[in-house]
Amino acid sequence: MSTSHPPLLELSDLRVAPVADDGSVGKEILKGISLTLRAGTVHALMGRNGSGKSTLSAVLMGHPKFRVTGGSMKYLGEDLTGIPVHERARKGLFLCFQYPMALPGVGVAQFLRQSVKGVRGADVPSKEFRPLVKKHLEALGIPQTFMTRYVNDGFSGGEKKRMEMLHMLLLEPRLAILDEVDSGLDVDALKVVAESINRLRSPERGQLLVTHYQRILDYVVPDEVHVLLDGEIVRSGAADLAREVESRGYEWLAKGAA
Amino acid sequence: MTPDNGPTPAETAAAERTASEARDIGGDYDRKYGFHDDESAYDFKSKKGLDHAIVEMISRYKKEPEWMRERRHAALDVFLAKPMPRWGNSKLLDDIDFANIHYYVRASERQGKTWEEVPEQVKKTFDRLGIPEAERKFLAGVTAQYESEVVYHSIREDLDKLGVVFTDMDTGLREHEEIVRRHWGTVIPSEDNKFSALNTAVWSGGSFVYVPKGVKVEIPLQAYFRINTENMGQFERTLIIADEGSQVHYIEGCTAPTYSSDSLHSAVVELIAMPGSKIRYTTIQNWSKNVYNLVTKRAVAHAGARVEWIDGNLGSKLTMKYPAVYLVGERAHAEILSVAFSGKDQHQDAGSKVVHVAPNTTSVVTSKSISKDGGRGTYRGLVKVHKGAKGAKVNVKCDALILDAASRSDTYPTMEVDEKKVAVEHEATVSKVGDEQLFFLMSRGLTEEEATLLIVNGFIEPFTKELPMEYAVELNRLIQLEMEGSVG
Ligand SMILES: Nc1ncnc2c1ncn2[C@@H]1O[C@H](COP(=O)(O)OP(=O)(O)O)[C@@H](O)[C@H]1O
Ligand SMILES: [Mg+2]
Repeated sequence: MSTSHPPLLELSDLRVAPVADDGSVGKEILKGISLTLRAGTVHALMGRNGSGKSTLSAVLMGHPKFRVTGGSMKYLGEDLTGIPVHERARKGLFLCFQYPMALPGVGVAQFLRQSVKGVRGADVPSKEFRPLVKKHLEALGIPQTFMTRYVNDGFSGGEKKRMEMLHMLLLEPRLAILDEVDSGLDVDALKVVAESINRLRSPERGQLLVTHYQRILDYVVPDEVHVLLDGEIVRSGAADLAREVESRGYEWLAKGAA
Repeated sequence: MTPDNGPTPAETAAAERTASEARDIGGDYDRKYGFHDDESAYDFKSKKGLDHAIVEMISRYKKEPEWMRERRHAALDVFLAKPMPRWGNSKLLDDIDFANIHYYVRASERQGKTWEEVPEQVKKTFDRLGIPEAERKFLAGVTAQYESEVVYHSIREDLDKLGVVFTDMDTGLREHEEIVRRHWGTVIPSEDNKFSALNTAVWSGGSFVYVPKGVKVEIPLQAYFRINTENMGQFERTLIIADEGSQVHYIEGCTAPTYSSDSLHSAVVELIAMPGSKIRYTTIQNWSKNVYNLVTKRAVAHAGARVEWIDGNLGSKLTMKYPAVYLVGERAHAEILSVAFSGKDQHQDAGSKVVHVAPNTTSVVTSKSISKDGGRGTYRGLVKVHKGAKGAKVNVKCDALILDAASRSDTYPTMEVDEKKVAVEHEATVSKVGDEQLFFLMSRGLTEEEATLLIVNGFIEPFTKELPMEYAVELNRLIQLEMEGSVG
């Protein structure tokens, strides 16, 4: 990929703090993150619980609970700050939720259809939508009856993640941010999820794979790996960094550790 | 929902544009339902106010039997003697000016059996409301009431041949006096409450339905109620009798023009479900926001019968309505499913009442209330299980969804259980449209309005899915108008 194009995602010294219900801004969670993700690459962001992974994922998508307090986050050269959540989706961002929300009474088919319409800016004819969905359902090993259920309502952990994958494949996002998509999955489900991500890979697209464990990286091999600790990237490297983290844990990367 | 550090000026301008467009859409009630017809050609309009002379005039005009005329006068005395209820919304109730209401208004003397026979202007109104079209497409029969009188009624010939009676209450009384006299007012006596007394005194129109033994009316009958005059009182009276093993689905809809002063709609609806029969009564109440909607609806279910109230309340200024079922025969079942949407300056005080008298009777009550823009939703429910109703099962579920901090929802469930061997379940939830849900939906490309609407529609889905498809679509559209109408 030529470097004259702006990168898909460029974070420079990004600082983020939570906003409480009363509007007060809390202590910084992300304390200056810099990262450049180019089209055609997969980056893994690793970190133990509480290091700020979900915060980063959420702020990229525009969660109202977080405020950018310093630095910048650019998507295709454009600063994301201030762009409404749905506009980000329309620009090609996708966040795969660590805990997808249940929407009782909202049918899967209706939701997906409306979402695709929103993102594309035009209605999708049934003629096109149905076979497309069918293809993805088969690939994900989901029965057709899934479409008549309510979104994530009473879904198992594995079903929720498959639902997220189905949604991602339908939207074909330019930049997918996947927040712990591997957590709580058995090996079979993990493989299905990994296949979906790999299917999305292309020279125009990129993926930010946020994870606690190295396991999924055996199936989706990243181009770069970053380790997040207490809101800072403490080390970046190639795929083998993930294996090192797997065998040595996170402790040795902590500041001041030997 | 504000992302990161708030909207840019361009977004603010865009949001304001959307909001003003949305306000225009909200004015759609006026265009679609709120229009007002000219009254110069009206046949008759009683002077404002209520006394025995008015009651006498109504009864004489209708050439009613003596017993009905006497009942009306007796009911008027009950109405005048009874104090205004001190519950519900006393303040709004006290605002009703009974002296400033026309109790009987007739646009036309004739009643049509074809739409061609209906006066041109009235026909146009119902055309605009889509009634003849719906009739052609999916209804087994229609009555259309305009002001105090039913101006059109028809029933499919095949049902007529099977002995199904579907007519306006006045014709019902004339042509089926024996049945009417036996049942009329037995489920809801005029002394039941102030408004049932008022209705008994000045009733006009409404439906009379009789389904003979074993006859199953598979497609719905519909009644449509339209108020046109300002300061009008509409007091229709409906009696539905499903004989043994029969089945019927009755749907009612209602609208009115928007006026600056109030109108009153006070109906009485009595259902009698004989052993093994099934009655479903569906309401989509969409009165304009100057209408008081104070309605008494009650059913009696005999052994093995099933009564279902599917009750949707969107419009009106104040609604007080608690569809009731008395389960008097063994294994009778009651299903009460309701939705109330309270917007700006609206109070929906709705609920249900189930009385278990016989053993092994069952009831399921599901109430959904949505309040928005300072609207107020109240659920008021009574479950009574009499001693001896062994094996009764009761399930009550009330869910409230509050869309903003200015709105309000209250739940007043009352349980009186005098029998030990019963299973009573009650659950109540109050929820707000959460930031997390909105964020999830918006991250998938939906605007905040679209996301909220999807959540609201999901919330009432248990209700919507019980409606015939055409009504479900219409309800979702009405909710959408309510949601859009007040943005910004
Ligand atoms: N809304 C919030 N308000 C205050 N603190 C928060 C909020 N969200 C997350 N945090 C804190 O920020 C830190 C990072 O959380 P998170 O991003 O969820 O980490 P991870 O996903 O890596 O487990 C944690 O200490 C967490 O408690
Ligand atoms: Mg997390």
